[in-house]
Amino acid sequence: MTEPLVELIGVGRNYGPIRALHGVDLRVRAGEVTCVLGDNGAGKSTLIKIISGLHPHTSGSLRVDGEDRHFGSPREALDLGIATVYQDLAVVPLMEVWRNFFLGSELTSGRFPLAGMRVREMKRIADQELRKMGIVVADLDQPIGTLSGGQRQCVAIARAVYFGARVLILDEPTAALGVKQSGVVLKYIAAARDAGLGVILITHNPQHAYLVGDHFVILKLGTAVLDAQRGGVTLKDLTTQMAGGDEIAELARELERPS
Amino acid sequence: MRHLARLLARPEVGALAAAFVIFGFFLLVAPSFRSWASFCTVLYQSSTIGIVAVGVGLLMIGGEFDLSAGVITISAGLVNSMFCWYFGVNLWAGALLSLLFCLLVGFLNGWLVTRTGIPSFLITLGTFFVLQGANLGVTKLVTGSVSSRDISAIDGYGSLQRIFASSSTLGSATVWITVLWWVLFVGLAAWTSRRTRIGNWIYAVGGSAASARAVGVPVTRTKIGLFMTVSFLGWFVGMHSLYRFNTLQAGNGVGNEFLYIIAAVVGGTLLTGGFGNALGSAIGAFIFGTTSLGIVYAGWDPNWFKAFLGVMLLLAVLVNTYVKRLATSSAGFSRSVSPEGEPT
Repeated sequence: MTEPLVELIGVGRNYGPIRALHGVDLRVRAGEVTCVLGDNGAGKSTLIKIISGLHPHTSGSLRVDGEDRHFGSPREALDLGIATVYQDLAVVPLMEVWRNFFLGSELTSGRFPLAGMRVREMKRIADQELRKMGIVVADLDQPIGTLSGGQRQCVAIARAVYFGARVLILDEPTAALGVKQSGVVLKYIAAARDAGLGVILITHNPQHAYLVGDHFVILKLGTAVLDAQRGGVTLKDLTTQMAGGDEIAELARELERPS
Repeated sequence: MRHLARLLARPEVGALAAAFVIFGFFLLVAPSFRSWASFCTVLYQSSTIGIVAVGVGLLMIGGEFDLSAGVITISAGLVNSMFCWYFGVNLWAGALLSLLFCLLVGFLNGWLVTRTGIPSFLITLGTFFVLQGANLGVTKLVTGSVSSRDISAIDGYGSLQRIFASSSTLGSATVWITVLWWVLFVGLAAWTSRRTRIGNWIYAVGGSAASARAVGVPVTRTKIGLFMTVSFLGWFVGMHSLYRFNTLQAGNGVGNEFLYIIAAVVGGTLLTGGFGNALGSAIGAFIFGTTSLGIVYAGWDPNWFKAFLGVMLLLAVLVNTYVKRLATSSAGFSRSVSPEGEPT
C-alpha cells in the first residue's frame, strides 16, 4: 500500500458548543477516488473546509505526506497541492474563462506589483489544458457564466490539475447537473484519478460515487458510520446506508402495508 | 451579430454613446459652448470629479462603496493647511502628513469592512460623518472661523502649487494640470485593472469574494488596497483645491461622494461589483463636466443640473442591468461545443 497523501486521524471540529464533526478517520491515496457520502448536515462540508484550509480542525490530527499540519488559510493547503473545487463557488461568473483559469496564480512578466500579465501565454495554456480535458470553448474571452454548469466544473477541475494539485477535493460536483452533464464530470474525475491524483469526491448520490469510487466513507451526524474499500461494499449497501440504514428498516416495519 | 453583441456588452459603450449625444446637444443649444476654451473648461470640471471617480469605480468593481470620498478631499486640504499655518512649518511637511492621514482613513475603512463584514455603505457613512464634523470642529478650534487661513505666503507653496494646481495657456484656452493627472490616473487604472494580477483580483473580489478566497486571492488585502487608493485620490484632489484657492471652506465636499459614484455607474460600473472599467468612469466624469457647464452656457437655471444627473443615473442603471444580463447569458456568444460535438 502506498503512503497516503492526506491522512485524517480522529479529526473533529466544534463551532462553539456545536460538534459538527467528531473522530473522523480518512486516508487519501494517489490514484484513488475516496468518496465521502452523507445527508445534509452530516458534516461533509465541515470535512472539506478542514482539508482545504478554510476552517482548521479543533481535535485529532491532519497529516499531509505523513507530517502534521494545521492550515491557517486555503493558500497553505494549495501550496501543499490540495485543491478544492466547490459546487457553487468554483468560479467568478462575470470574468472571462482564461482569467478564471489563472485566478490566484496569474503569470506575470515580473515581480513588480503592476507588472503586466502574460495574457497571450495564459490564453494559450488555458485553451490547451481545456482541450486536454476535452472541453473546447469557442471564445476564451467569454464570461465563464455563459458556460453550462458541467463545463464550469470541468474548467475548475482542469485548473486544479494544471496547477499541480496532488489532492483534488470535489464538493458535490454533480448535484446541480443533469444526467448527461454528470456523466461528463464523472469522466473527468476518472481522468484525474488515472493521472495519479488523489481525489476526494463529496456527494450524496451513491450511484455516482459507486461509478468512480475506490473507497467509501459515509458520514452521519458528524461521525463516520461506514468506512469500506470498494470490494467490501455493494451499491445496495451504500444506497441503504444513505437512505437511513437501520432507521429505514424500522420505518418500513412501522409503515408496513399489506402487499 | 455576435461582434455587435460583444461590443454592447462592454461596460463603457452605453456611456460613450450618451457622452456624444449630450455633448452634441449642448453644442446645438449653447453657442458659447462651441469653443476650444470651453471644451478645456469642461475637461477641467470633469477632472476634479474624474480623478476620485476612477478610484471609486475600481472600488465598486471590487464590490465596495466609499461615502467618505467626498469630505476626505476637504479633510486632506485642511490637515495640510492648518498644520502648517499653526506650527509655521514648510507646506511639504503638511502635505505628507495629510497623505498619511488620508491613507490611514482609507486603511481604517477597509480594515473595518473586511474585519467586521458590515456593509461598506454603513462603515463609510460613519467615517463620512466623523470627517465632516471634525472638518468643521477642528477648523473652528484652530482658526476661530469655518475657513482655513491663506497659506500662499508659507514656504513650499510655489512648488506644491506647480504640482497640483498650475495651468498653462494653449491657444485661447486655459489647461489645468489636473486634466493631465486625470489622464494619467485613468491610464494607470485601466492598465492595472485589465492587465495586471491585481486587476484580476479586483474583479474577482467584487464578482465573488468567496470564490476568490478559495483559489488563494488575498481578498482582505485587495479590498483594503482599494479603499486606500480612493483615499489617496481624495488627497490628491484635496491638494488641488487647497493650492488653487489657498483657503478652504471646512463645510465643503459634502455630496461629492455621490458624484463619484454616479460617474462610475453612468460609466457602466455595476453597483453589485465585478463589472466595469476605468475608461467608463472617465466617460461618466466627462458627462458630469459637460452637463454642469453646458447648463450654465445655455443660460438655464443651474438647479436643473441635479435633476438631470438623477435621470442619467436611472438610465445608466437600467442599461447596466440589461448589459449584465447580456454578458452572463449565452445570447451574445456562440455556445461552446462538448466533446461529442453537440451543442450543450
